[in-house]
Order: sequence, then structure tokens, then C-alpha cells
Amino acid sequence: MTTIDTPRQDVLDSAAETDNYLTYTRGFLSWILTLDHKRIGVMYMGSVLLSFLVGGTFALLLRTELLTPGRTICSAETYNQFFTLHGAIMVFLVIIPSIPAALGNFVLPIMLGAKDVAFPRLNLFSYFLWLGGAAFTLYSLAAGGFDTGWTFYTPYSTTTTTGGVIPVLIGVFILGFSSIFTGLNFIVTVHKLRPPGMTWFKMPLFLWALYATAIIQVLATPVLAITLCLLIVERVLNIGIFNPSMGGDPVLYQHFFWFYSHPAVYIMIVPAMGIISEIIAVHSHRQIFGYRYIAYSSIAIAMFSFIVWGHHMFTSGQSGLMNTIFSLISFSVAIPSAVKTFNWTMTLYKGTISLTAPMMYALSFLFLFTIGGLTGIHLATLNTDVHLHDTYFVVAHFHYVMMGSALIGMIGGLHHWWPKMTGRMYNEKMACTACIIIFVGFNITFFTQFMLGSQGMPRRYYDYLPEFQVYHVISTIGSYIMAAGFFTSAICFIQSLMSGPKAPSNPWGGVSLEWQCASPPPHDNFKTPPHVGNCYDFSVVHWDEATKNYIIDHKAELAHVTGEGRR
Amino acid sequence: MSTPHSTATHDAAAGSHADHPLVGHLVPISTLVATASALLVLTFITVAVRYIDIGEFNVWVAIGIAVVKASLVASFFMHLRWDRPFNLLVFVGCTAFVVLMMAFCVLDTSQYRATQYTGNPPLAQETLDAKAPAAPVARFKTGLDP
Amino acid sequence: MSDVATGHDSHGDAHGSGHAHSPEHAKYPFLAHHFDTPAQQFDSAKLGMWLFLATEVLFFGALFVAYAVLRSRFPEVFSYASHYLDTTMGGINTAVLIVSSLTMALGVYFAQRGRKTALLICLWLTMAGAAGFLVIKYFEYEHKIHANLVWGPGFYVPPHNTVGELEAQQLAHAPAAAPAALPVPMNPAPSAQPTIGAHPVVEGSAIKPASAGPGGLGAGAVNSVLGESHDIIPHQLPSAHLEDAAMPPNTHMFFAIYYAMTGLHGFHVIVGMVVIGILIFRAHRGDFGPNYYTPVDLVGLYWHIVDLVWIFLFPLFYLIH
Repeated sequence: MTTIDTPRQDVLDSAAETDNYLTYTRGFLSWILTLDHKRIGVMYMGSVLLSFLVGGTFALLLRTELLTPGRTICSAETYNQFFTLHGAIMVFLVIIPSIPAALGNFVLPIMLGAKDVAFPRLNLFSYFLWLGGAAFTLYSLAAGGFDTGWTFYTPYSTTTTTGGVIPVLIGVFILGFSSIFTGLNFIVTVHKLRPPGMTWFKMPLFLWALYATAIIQVLATPVLAITLCLLIVERVLNIGIFNPSMGGDPVLYQHFFWFYSHPAVYIMIVPAMGIISEIIAVHSHRQIFGYRYIAYSSIAIAMFSFIVWGHHMFTSGQSGLMNTIFSLISFSVAIPSAVKTFNWTMTLYKGTISLTAPMMYALSFLFLFTIGGLTGIHLATLNTDVHLHDTYFVVAHFHYVMMGSALIGMIGGLHHWWPKMTGRMYNEKMACTACIIIFVGFNITFFTQFMLGSQGMPRRYYDYLPEFQVYHVISTIGSYIMAAGFFTSAICFIQSLMSGPKAPSNPWGGVSLEWQCASPPPHDNFKTPPHVGNCYDFSVVHWDEATKNYIIDHKAELAHVTGEGRR
Repeated sequence: MSTPHSTATHDAAAGSHADHPLVGHLVPISTLVATASALLVLTFITVAVRYIDIGEFNVWVAIGIAVVKASLVASFFMHLRWDRPFNLLVFVGCTAFVVLMMAFCVLDTSQYRATQYTGNPPLAQETLDAKAPAAPVARFKTGLDP
Repeated sequence: MSDVATGHDSHGDAHGSGHAHSPEHAKYPFLAHHFDTPAQQFDSAKLGMWLFLATEVLFFGALFVAYAVLRSRFPEVFSYASHYLDTTMGGINTAVLIVSSLTMALGVYFAQRGRKTALLICLWLTMAGAAGFLVIKYFEYEHKIHANLVWGPGFYVPPHNTVGELEAQQLAHAPAAAPAALPVPMNPAPSAQPTIGAHPVVEGSAIKPASAGPGGLGAGAVNSVLGESHDIIPHQLPSAHLEDAAMPPNTHMFFAIYYAMTGLHGFHVIVGMVVIGILIFRAHRGDFGPNYYTPVDLVGLYWHIVDLVWIFLFPLFYLIH
């Protein structure tokens, strides 16, 4: 492994321009065996986007099937497998690794001013684990598929005859460890690899968000791992801990599952919130409002996420006392979320907003997250939830949060750091158009599902009453529009890779450390020790027309930070 | 919170003791042996306590002794007593999460226990009827039996 | 810290590299390129290990939660079935693990002092402790599976194939030891002959009388009285539990959680043996010394957490009054 990363002598000798992480070494093996966090991040990003394509295809098939009541394109059994696969792929293969493992891996060490993550080998290993988990998930298709839903609720998941259940359980188990190792790496990196001057409260908010996410990944994911182990043992050896006909307790399974999977919702959304904090500050060129409150609220969300899991079980036979307790605590999650939203809005207020593609995605996020978050309050309310539970209202709610917020945040972040990752600019007009198409398509798809759900259309159903058809048709058309938007975006990125203009080191005017190194960054991230200042003080940057780049005035910056000084 | 760059104190410590390792803390053999002895004695006590009937407190005494043993292992064998406070926080924190999860789950099941079927579970009963029809196993506890 | 941006050296850890650019990297060949000092590298590794141990705690923690839930639901099952476990074997295993924890901790000490032979002896002793633990565990499992003390519906299936020969064996060995015949419907009178190891006589009549109500007890109802008086040593009989009218419903759940938890723990012991084996190999090669002993320390932490889990498992399964 060491020989592969040994730089070619000509690269060391030649001009700095050619020495970036993409050209540092060449060949397939130099990528697949790399220990460079940037390359691992890029490989993660490619894999995640590929999985997104697969999961999205299943979504389109689902929506097409629901165009008419009864059979449209596939049988009920196939439909069950489609929605299960859509859910499992999107959750475990796409959204959970998308921001921390893909963008986080690329950005975190650079933003921090470190040369790499703390454990580069573990980082590569976690990528291989991801590949292994994905392979098992795909293999489960060949082994007969699985129709349990992504939640694998017992006793159905232990009795269903579809052959792919055990492979997918193993796959998700492995993916869980991939996620744990990424989180572990990030916590250690943030603790131990901060350069001099990078104190906790000088860290960009994206790092705070990744740190909070990593806490959840490390503390919650093992519970999922052991739960899946027990499911496998249950299927293979009939151990009976979750099997009511053996005296076991299926509600206990749900406790275990949601002890992981509710925090997992915050593994998805918290890093997206971090990205939005970055995008909104940088693209409105204004000091972030309430820095400390956004930082603290990330940690608060991480902590709250562990004590609200029972709100997924209001209709599952959970006791009345626990229902009341969990309902009460669930409301409290709204507080840190609202703190963030309020601070973002205040940052925008009187800011110098550049309406770039990342900013468009950030604005979409604000809108969609507000809807997703507020409908969450309906669902946290015990008596409303009894009516709305397991209807399309829930489906719409979590798509607003998981897709409309987490995924939109991820794509916004991808646009934001795209010049840094690839060294090329993308077509701004095309990207903005794609964003608008996605936004419109998304709302058509999922807002109608709120109406469907409140009228009683249950989720996961193959067939439905004729009066629901108009909503289903609108929703399906919306999903096609959304797909068109994603394709536009994909074309935009491919075009940028092929023929995009060269990106300057700081195209947006950011101050955090990643904008201080070249685009794409060199192998060791920083040629000279990075200068750590206030990463949201935009008064020190100014536009340089000659190089089409923002220049950070370190003298002005130094004057600003003398108060804090170095250790 | 840990102080990631307080390496200076470490270096100073390393300099003052010639035989001290470059990093980490050296725990003397006598301390380690004493810890192990204490653990063995506590193991003996916890076995002995089993034979004294103090009703519901038996389980709490057993858990209490186990916690004492666990903290001995953690503090001396695992060097937590001299380690960075954040490592201690990690350990105590994750244990707290287990306790939290346990408290919620046990509270929940204790609430709905009254509604649960209390006899033999169906699969066990089927097996008994088919494979060991004469086995005098207690079949039902409550009036759910016809 | 002024050399943040230096170092094109290899990503390796223990291999010296000619590219080391800072004095620290030149002095300590094990120092990876993205760390500045050995202390930073050591602290990072240690924090990483502690976080991994946190995941282990939660991994086992969920099973402890399952245990607590089951025990709160079936308290009578746990106090009944616990007596099928062999306290002596469990106690010996506890001692074995504690001693192997001690040798591991001593191993860390000798690694810190750079005493290679002593380190190797300690590691081998730890390995032996792990192996001894597994051997004892194997005998316990084997015995229980023979006695049909398993999870799931199998718990209620009398082992017709083995029951005859085992009993013939037992009767041949100690026919006189058989207590007065019990009015049991299925099998002849059980004998009190241990099948493996040196069993002490476990408190014989500790089995509580039936917490079961009268309903459905059938022929066995009368045995609830006998359950107190006769001197049955249940874990030495194949399927003794099936003849025991005092057995509460759901007793198999005790064994489900018992096998789940001790099985997972046993798996961790096996993993521990593998990593200690790697340590022995590296220690033999001379990788460790006062400046670099991180792997020994980390494996030590792992081994202690395995011990720690057992410290809880032992009273929770074997020592229920």
C-alpha cells in the first residue's frame, strides 16, 4: 500500500500546479487502495450517486405502478419488493453515507486544517465495508428479493418466505459498521488533529454538524447491528427473542430498531443542516447569525435524538405511559431545529445574497425542511398520530425531511464543493434550472401525499380506492418531473467534468480553510500551515477580477483575530 | 473535554522519569496484582451472597458487586484513572445510554405486561402436544386457560 | 506544530521512510505522516479504541436490555432456570478471565518497559486463559445441549434417540445413587451421576415450587409438592426439565437469551485470541518498545472489556437466587 502512494519523482519536482490529489498518483489501484481522504470521499460520492440512481429507479417504478388502482405494471408481490428495495437502498446505501462519508470525508480534514483523518486505513476499510454491504444488498435480489419493508419488522421478517432477507440483513449489518468507522474516525480527527489556533468555536459549523452526527453514528449503530444479528439468528436458529409465538416480544424489536433508526434520521439531517449553515453564510457573504447556538443545537439534536424513538411506535402496542412520555419529548426536538432555521433566516436578512445553485438548494432546503419539520409536530402529537400513522401523510413527512432536506442539502453541498473536488466550474444556469425543476417536481409529488394521507390512504398499499386516483396521478407526474430535474443536474455535472472551465481556489468567497488551498487540493492539503481565523468573517475577502477569484486578505484577517491569538 | 494539544505536559513528564514510557501511564505491577486479587475476592463474595436470601435485593447486590468489579477493571487495568477525562466520558456516556434504553424498555414492557398472554407460548404448546404429550409441564398461569 | 504541511512520506505506520521531513518523524519511524508527535498519535489511537469500546458496550447493551425485559416479564423463569447452570464452572471461568486480564495488563506494563520476553510470556498466558475459558464454555454448552437445555421449541422435545443410552450409561455407573423413584410419566428414575467434570452437588431443592396455577397441569400437578422434597439435580439429566412439574412456562426463553449473550461473548473471546495471536507475532518480531506499544495497549483494552462483560454475565445468569 505504501508503494502505491509514493509520489512520482517528477510530480515532486514539477510545478505545484500539477500536484493535486487527482494527479498525485495514477492508475486504478492507486485509487482503490488509496489512503487519501479526498479520494475516498470521491469514491464514496460516485458509489452513493450510483446507488441513488438505482434507488430512484425503484421509486419511479413504484409511482408508475400506483398510477391506476390494481395492476398497472407489476404484481403486488413485486411491488412489495420494489418499495422495500427503494427504502433500504435510499436509507442505508444513499442518505446515511451521502454527507458524512462522501462530502464529509472530502471536506472535514481540509476544513479542519489537518493532513488526513486520524485513521486513513480505517477510512479505506469503511469504504470497502460499504462496497461489501452494497454487494450483499444487491445479492439479496438474486437470492429472491425481500418484501419486509426497510424496517424489517418482526414477526413478518422472520417468517416471510422471500429468500433475500438474510443477505440483506448481513448487508445492512456491514453497512452499519462502515458508518460506525466513519463516525469514529471523525470524532478522533476533530479531537486530536486540530492545528494550532483551531479551537472548538473556530470550527466551521459543518464540522460541528459532522461531529454531532458522528456521536450518533457511534452510539446508535451498534444497537442496529445486534438487532440484525438477532434477526438472522431468529431466522436461522429460531431463537425466539422477538417471536411472540415463542414468548418473545416483537415490540422489543421495534424498541431496538428505533433506538437506532430514529437517531439515524438525524444522521441524515444534521450534516445537511451543517452544509446549509456553510452555504447560507458563504453565499450571502454575511457572518453567520448565532454561531454558538447553531453549534450547540447540533449537539442538542444529537442528544435529543436518543430519547424520542418511541414516537414511531404509538400504534404498535407500546404502553400508554410510554406513548405519552415519548410524545412529550418529541416536541422538544422542534426547539433546536427551530433555532437553526431562525438563525439561517437571520443570516439571510440583509445579506448580500448571490443566487448561485448552492444557494438555490439552500433556499429549497429552508422551505422543504420547514414543511417537513412542522408536519413532524402533527405526527408527534399522540392523538393525531393514531389517525395519521402508516398513511401517506407519514410518507410525505419523511420524504420532506429525508429527501427534501437531507438529500437536497447533499446536492447543494455537492454544488458548493464541486469546484474544490474536481477543479472545474459547472454551468450555473443549468444547475439553477435543475434545482427549480427538482423543487417543483418534489412539491407536486409529495405535497399531494399529505392530502392523500390525511384522507386515509395507507402507505405500502398496492391497491387503492378510485377516489384517490387523481392524487396518485398528480404525485406520479411530479415524480417524473423530479427525475427530469435530477437528469438535468447529472448532465450539468458531466458537462462540467468534460469541458467545465477551470475553477479558481475560492469561487464563492468563503473564508474557511478549504478555500485557502488550491482547487483541487494538493495531496497533503496545505503547502504552508493554514492560517486559522474567523471562518465567517467575510470582510476579509474581496473579489479579484483579474484571476476571477476571491482573495483572502490575511493581514486584515490577522488584525481581526489578535484578540483570540494562538496558543 | 480533552485537550488535544497538551502534549507539552506529557513530554515534561517523560523527561522527568527516565524509565517512563514516551506516552501513556505506567501502572506498577503491585497495583495490577492487587486489583486482580480484589476482583477474585469480590467474585467469591458474589457467589456467596447468592445463598443468602434477601428477596428482591439479591439481584441488586449482585449488580452492585459487578459494578464495583467493573470499575476496578476500568480504572486500573484499563488505566482510566490516569487516562484523559474524555475517554472516561466516552465510557460512562455509552453506559448511560444503555441504562437509558433499558429503563425505557423495561418501563414499557412492565406497563403492558398485564395484557400479555401468560401461559405457554403457542409454539411451545404445539411442540409439547405433538412431541411430549405426557410431559407435565405447567401450561398456564392464569385464567386464559379454558 | 509548524510542520503541518510538510511530509510527503509514506502513509505507513511502522515502517521508516526516507521522506520524513520533521525531526519528530525522523526520530520515531512509527509516526504516521499526518501526526506531529508520538503523543498525538497515541492519544488518537486510544480515543479511537475507546470509541470502539463504546460501540461494543452498546452492542452488548442491547442484549442486556433484552435480558432485563425478559427477566422483568418472567422472573420465575429466571430464578428457576438459573439452577440448570453450573455455578462452579461459571465461577472458574470468571477467575480465568480475571487472571488473563491481569496477565494482559502486565503485558502492557512489560511492553512499556521494553521487556520483550516478559511481554511474550504474558501474551501467551493471556492466550492460554482465553483458550481455557473457551474449553470450559464448550463443556458447559455440550452438557446443556445433551440435557436438551436449548432455545426454541426444541427445548420441549424429549431427545428419544439419546435418552435411552444415556440413562443406561448412568444407571450402569451408579445404579445405587438413584433416589427413590419419582412418579414421572416419561422416563425411569433419574440418577445423580455427573456426566462431565467434577460437579459439586448444587443445592438440590432450590427449584421453587410451581408458580404455575393448577389449570392444565394434568398428571404433574401432584409433583409440585414433590418438587420441594425430592433431591433432583436437574442439570444432570437429559430433559429432566420435562419431567419437572415445577417448571414455569417460557423457561426456554432463559436459554435463548443465555445462548445469545454467552455466544456473543464467546465470539468476542475468539476474536480476542486472534488479535492476541497477531500481537504475539509482532512482539516476537520486536515491534514494541517503550516508545511504541500502542497495539498492545489497545488489544489490552479490548480484552478487558471482554472480561468486563463477563463480570456482568456471571451473576446475571449463574447467580440468581
